[in-house]
Amino acid sequence: MSRQWQSRLFVGAMILSLAVSFGTLGWLLATTLIQGLPGISWQLFTAPPSTVPEEAGARPAILATVYLAVALLAMCVPVGVATAIYLEEYAHKERWYNRLLEVNIQNLAAVPAIVYGILGLAFIVRGIGVGRVLFAGALILTLVVLPTVIIASREAIRAVPDSIRQGGLALGATKWQMIWRQVLPASIPGIATGSILALSRAVGETAPLLLIGALQYVAFDPTLFGAFTALPVQIYTWVKLPDPAFQTLAAAAIIVLLVIVIGMNALAIFVRNRYRQRW
Amino acid sequence: MTQMETPSIDSSRIAEISLSSSREEIERREQVFTVEDLGVAYSGNVALAGVTMNVYANTVTAFIGPSGCGKSTYIRCFNRMNDLIVGAAVTGSVRYHASDLYGREVDPVEVRRRVGMVFQKPNPFPKSIFDNVAFGPRVLGWKKGLDERVEQSLRQAALWDEVKDRLSESALGLSGGQQQRLCIARALATEPDVILMDEPASALDPIATGRIEDLMHDLKREYTIVVVTHNMQQAARVADMTAFFSVDMHEDGRGRHGVLVEYDATTKIFTQPADRRTEDYVTGRFG
Repeated sequence: MSRQWQSRLFVGAMILSLAVSFGTLGWLLATTLIQGLPGISWQLFTAPPSTVPEEAGARPAILATVYLAVALLAMCVPVGVATAIYLEEYAHKERWYNRLLEVNIQNLAAVPAIVYGILGLAFIVRGIGVGRVLFAGALILTLVVLPTVIIASREAIRAVPDSIRQGGLALGATKWQMIWRQVLPASIPGIATGSILALSRAVGETAPLLLIGALQYVAFDPTLFGAFTALPVQIYTWVKLPDPAFQTLAAAAIIVLLVIVIGMNALAIFVRNRYRQRW
Repeated sequence: MTQMETPSIDSSRIAEISLSSSREEIERREQVFTVEDLGVAYSGNVALAGVTMNVYANTVTAFIGPSGCGKSTYIRCFNRMNDLIVGAAVTGSVRYHASDLYGREVDPVEVRRRVGMVFQKPNPFPKSIFDNVAFGPRVLGWKKGLDERVEQSLRQAALWDEVKDRLSESALGLSGGQQQRLCIARALATEPDVILMDEPASALDPIATGRIEDLMHDLKREYTIVVVTHNMQQAARVADMTAFFSVDMHEDGRGRHGVLVEYDATTKIFTQPADRRTEDYVTGRFG
């Protein structure tokens, strides 16, 4: 085989793999849209679920997903950024405990979400007795995405050149002033991007929520310390039902979830491009 | 851009320096730093050893020498920037006026307020011109008269006229030479006593370099200036006192470290050096 053919074959293989992933995605989107668009109505956003498909909506699930997202952000961003600051600015890289910490965070990012679900069930729901409430769900999702937020924040902090740190310190700033006034403002775009992407992943998580007992039928608006369901759980519930009308509702709910997730990803890309720092 | 602005070795200037500041005259000035048997090691590897010298007030003191002679390491001892490097250890003593710079009760943050520093590569913060200069006063909690302070600092750094109409624009839009003068203005805003400059003009073109050198001349009336330079002509043009550093083998023959060879009035160093190594270096036979 000539070298020319080798290279053409390789390009062909790449296009084929691209086509497989894009084709699958396109097909999924198309079938979901075809099936779900008729199900999009005000009722979906205003009504609670019901055994009668004509009256059923996903209001508690949509609200709970929004609550989960907000609670998640409020918990994982401060903790994640603080951890990243410690690891990047304070930790002595040669110390064994800091290296252990580092390896752990890398590994935790790769742990499947359901494992966090089991952990949450044992330690959060039962262990410290939070119960099967929305707050417990938010705590577990925080654990799921925390490593991602830490890693993204570290990258952003590391991208700030040392000359900026030295310049700040040389002017008589304390280390904390230097971090708070120079390093953090310069790394906010990266931190925001990473956090939003992590959030959009968390919003789509189903397994850990199912495991800690997100209810499948919740007919009332959720509260932080009450029983709850979430959009992916609601979708899962509807998909299992035999009535085709529920399939349409499930597809419609998937569209809502997709819009939320794609919207957040778009926001992340916008933030990244708008505030990207050029040194 | 005219030919006239291009700095070159200006013999009249050297003569001027030598007229205004003989070694005897300089040594009558106040001692800002008194260095005794100073050494610096990184993780046990000696980088600089046995430096003893005085730095005098209202004087430009230059450190020259080949790469690896420890001159940058040395200048960072004066504002305790070496503290920031993990594993760096300083031995011997540095006195700043009456106090031990490395004394237990001394706060390095306060040292850096009084001993400002300008780095090799201009490092403006990615903020407005105003915010760059205001950074120091703000972290020190000096809120009163901030506008005046910023203006005064920019005037002292000979930058005010060029930037007065765009103080709110990003400092990253300035030219390299302007950025470096902004960094000098920024250092002046915290009312330092000494300004350390670590090869401040090495990233600049000759015209911008000339401006920085003129600035050093002006600033020494109010401040004490210490400058590291690899450019001997620059040292000859700006410095009253010059210290020549070189590289020595360790006693065990493994590895090398920087040493102070000769420290004297600039004219002496460049015209009648006492040490053969200095002569070889300044005449271009080495380094």
